[in-house]
Amino acid sequence: MSKTLNLLWLQSGGCGGCTMSLLAAEQPTLFEALESYGINLLWHASLSGNNNPGLLEWIEQISNGKTPLDILCLEGAVMTGPDGTGRFHLLSGSDQPMMEVIELLAGKAAHVVAVGSCSAFGGFNRSNNNPAEAKGLQYLGEQAGGFLGSDFRSGMAMPVINISGCPTHPEWVLHSLQAIALNLLDTAQLDEFNRPRFYTEHLVHHGCPRNEFYEYKASAEKPAQSGCLMENLGCQATQAHADCNIRLWNGHGSCPKAGYPCINCTAPEFEEPGHPFYETPKVAGIPVGLPTDMPKAWFIALSSLSKAATPKRLKENATSEKLKIVPQIYKKKR
Amino acid sequence: MVRKITLGPVNRVEGELEVQLELSQGRIEAAYVKSTLYRGFENLLTGKNPMDALAITPRICGICSVSQSVASARAIADLAQVQMPANGERVTNIILATEVVTDLLTHFYLFFMPDFSDSAYNAESWSKLAAQRFTAIQGERHSAMLKARAEFLHIMGILAGKWPHSLVFQPGGVSKTVTLSEQLKLKGIVTGFRAFLESVLFGDRLENIGALDSVNALNRWQQEHAEERSDFALFLAISESLDLQKAGSSYNHFLAYPAFNVAGTEVYSGGTYIDNQRKSVDTKQISEHLDSAWLIGDQQHPSEGLTEPYAEKQDAYTWCKAPRYEGKAIETGSIARQFLAKDALASELVNASGSNIHNRIVLRLMELAKLVIQIENWIGQIKPAEAFCNQTKLPKKGQGVGLSEAARGALGHWLSVENGIISNYQLIAPTSWNFSPRDNQGQPGPLEYALKGLEYDSPQGKLMMQHIIRSFDPCMVCTVH
Repeated sequence: MSKTLNLLWLQSGGCGGCTMSLLAAEQPTLFEALESYGINLLWHASLSGNNNPGLLEWIEQISNGKTPLDILCLEGAVMTGPDGTGRFHLLSGSDQPMMEVIELLAGKAAHVVAVGSCSAFGGFNRSNNNPAEAKGLQYLGEQAGGFLGSDFRSGMAMPVINISGCPTHPEWVLHSLQAIALNLLDTAQLDEFNRPRFYTEHLVHHGCPRNEFYEYKASAEKPAQSGCLMENLGCQATQAHADCNIRLWNGHGSCPKAGYPCINCTAPEFEEPGHPFYETPKVAGIPVGLPTDMPKAWFIALSSLSKAATPKRLKENATSEKLKIVPQIYKKKR
Repeated sequence: MVRKITLGPVNRVEGELEVQLELSQGRIEAAYVKSTLYRGFENLLTGKNPMDALAITPRICGICSVSQSVASARAIADLAQVQMPANGERVTNIILATEVVTDLLTHFYLFFMPDFSDSAYNAESWSKLAAQRFTAIQGERHSAMLKARAEFLHIMGILAGKWPHSLVFQPGGVSKTVTLSEQLKLKGIVTGFRAFLESVLFGDRLENIGALDSVNALNRWQQEHAEERSDFALFLAISESLDLQKAGSSYNHFLAYPAFNVAGTEVYSGGTYIDNQRKSVDTKQISEHLDSAWLIGDQQHPSEGLTEPYAEKQDAYTWCKAPRYEGKAIETGSIARQFLAKDALASELVNASGSNIHNRIVLRLMELAKLVIQIENWIGQIKPAEAFCNQTKLPKKGQGVGLSEAARGALGHWLSVENGIISNYQLIAPTSWNFSPRDNQGQPGPLEYALKGLEYDSPQGKLMMQHIIRSFDPCMVCTVH
């Protein structure tokens, strides 16, 4: 790669977890990856050294055109409160609201990337009527607009690229940056919430190791039991757009693999599901929020059929912490 | 003539930090530590199902996410009066210790040591080695460290599903059961991590590091281990040449909560140490002072605390409350945990020179070595055939307190429930203690106090200030919850 791309990473109303997750990138590790993509990290508050210009100088150089900004990443929501003043986050070392800095730099960047559900959609900040007046860069929940407005386009005529997730998987971020560096990330690669399709065109359900329990509607009733988590324990994996059970986290994991529900953290408004996170809301005993692309009547018919046909092995194991009945070994008839 | 300067954003800390200094003849007369971001997370919890705290509180902090979850699960367990089976405690401990060790490692390599690659130190005998290994982003250690870190976090993949932000923690245990095959895999992961620590960080067996139980033993170890083969030895050499034991002293008041218990015994007993006296923790002695924070209110106990922003408040300078114990500003962290648990080396170091840069860093690395050994023990003790989780039945009304330790120190959650929903939720994070502002009596927080008197007007002085700030391993993200 000949051209070096300048990346500046800002943090605002968030927890820093997307950076922590990114530092767990493997094959290659973060700094190796950026170098191999030809990306030069101008500034990241957690990682930058002392001998480079500080953030305030970079902002100056970018705004007067001396330094081109190829990629602006924002981690954390834009804090516009109280009363739209942005005083809930003043950039340290200045009296300037961070939201003004974000607006300034977004206007200079060839690509603007929202890292994590907070900067994409507002994230958890948005719950309980959004007391800090947090906004995603180009969305607030499912509503297009957000902080920069729906008409915003970056220097490369792109909307904000929303790498949603709470946190983001390191590869969702790195592969997006790699695709940008290779000029492969155009609008056709984004879904309707402007998330990179390479990870959102799957459902978290795909590859779930509890799938056999799901097929037969053999459900766990309490945490730590082995069965499917969808019927009782709040799991939204059949509606959640991400490849968690295919890609896996930290080498081995996913939420359902560790016995707890998928809470659909890549989706806007996941922070307010309208029911407790660990419970599946039901109407007349039937879970609401069934798979999105299947007629409800069919789903119910299939479910009652598969429930009636559930093998004893799955029924017993579903409500047990331990494997009670192992799969039978097939032997040739002699 | 007092000169005022503002520094920020302070890099290589977690989150947003600004420091204001008042200088007189080149010396720091007064320091003001400012958290410049307000998030209001506590207010996101009111009105929710108490169990929802297990999904919301880890998002307070992506660095100490598990610690938040553990404190939250404990607060709910306290409310519901539910206990964990031993497997639940073991798995909780392994996951929490894995986060603490990861944070200690990240702090040392990515946040703290890059300071010593600064060109102001070019004349020092160790500067070339330090620059080669630790320069931010380019240092040759970073690839190997990040690889070791990522592979160590595979423990999280297996036990927690992912890191950060796992929902595996339950008031009565964990939702992840562990099979024999997973238990064996976990052992292998620690073996791989051990290899990095023993060949790169320490240059010695973890057991030998853990056995350093006196300053004499540590000095002997240093003489026998070349800095060419050990990053720990290189730190000791740097610390000696810059006299880091004499810098960044704070009040020598300490707080730690009991942590890492299995079947009624814990690794860290917790306690307080104020005016040379050790006592066990009594959470009734905690209060949060609000005069310096842009928040409404005066002084409050966390069980009744509120977090209401008031950006126009006169004379306030931060979004961080000032927690005090018996009215005292108090330091928390690795040094406090080990000192209060009567660890031999920690006792000797603190008794000799109190809390300072050298003692904080040495004790972090000692703790890192010892916790990895503990993780191995807990993995070995998992009994796959036994229970991992007791079921919880929540009362409609009541209160719960959850105390735990994060890498950076004491973390407490206070939960109130009315009509089956959360009526109030408050927490005090470790950095809220360490980086607290002045309290209602005008008493500076521990970092503010530690910076006072420092000769600032030289390149070395400016760097020393950064060493002091980073020696606390601040997590501003938690602080500004």
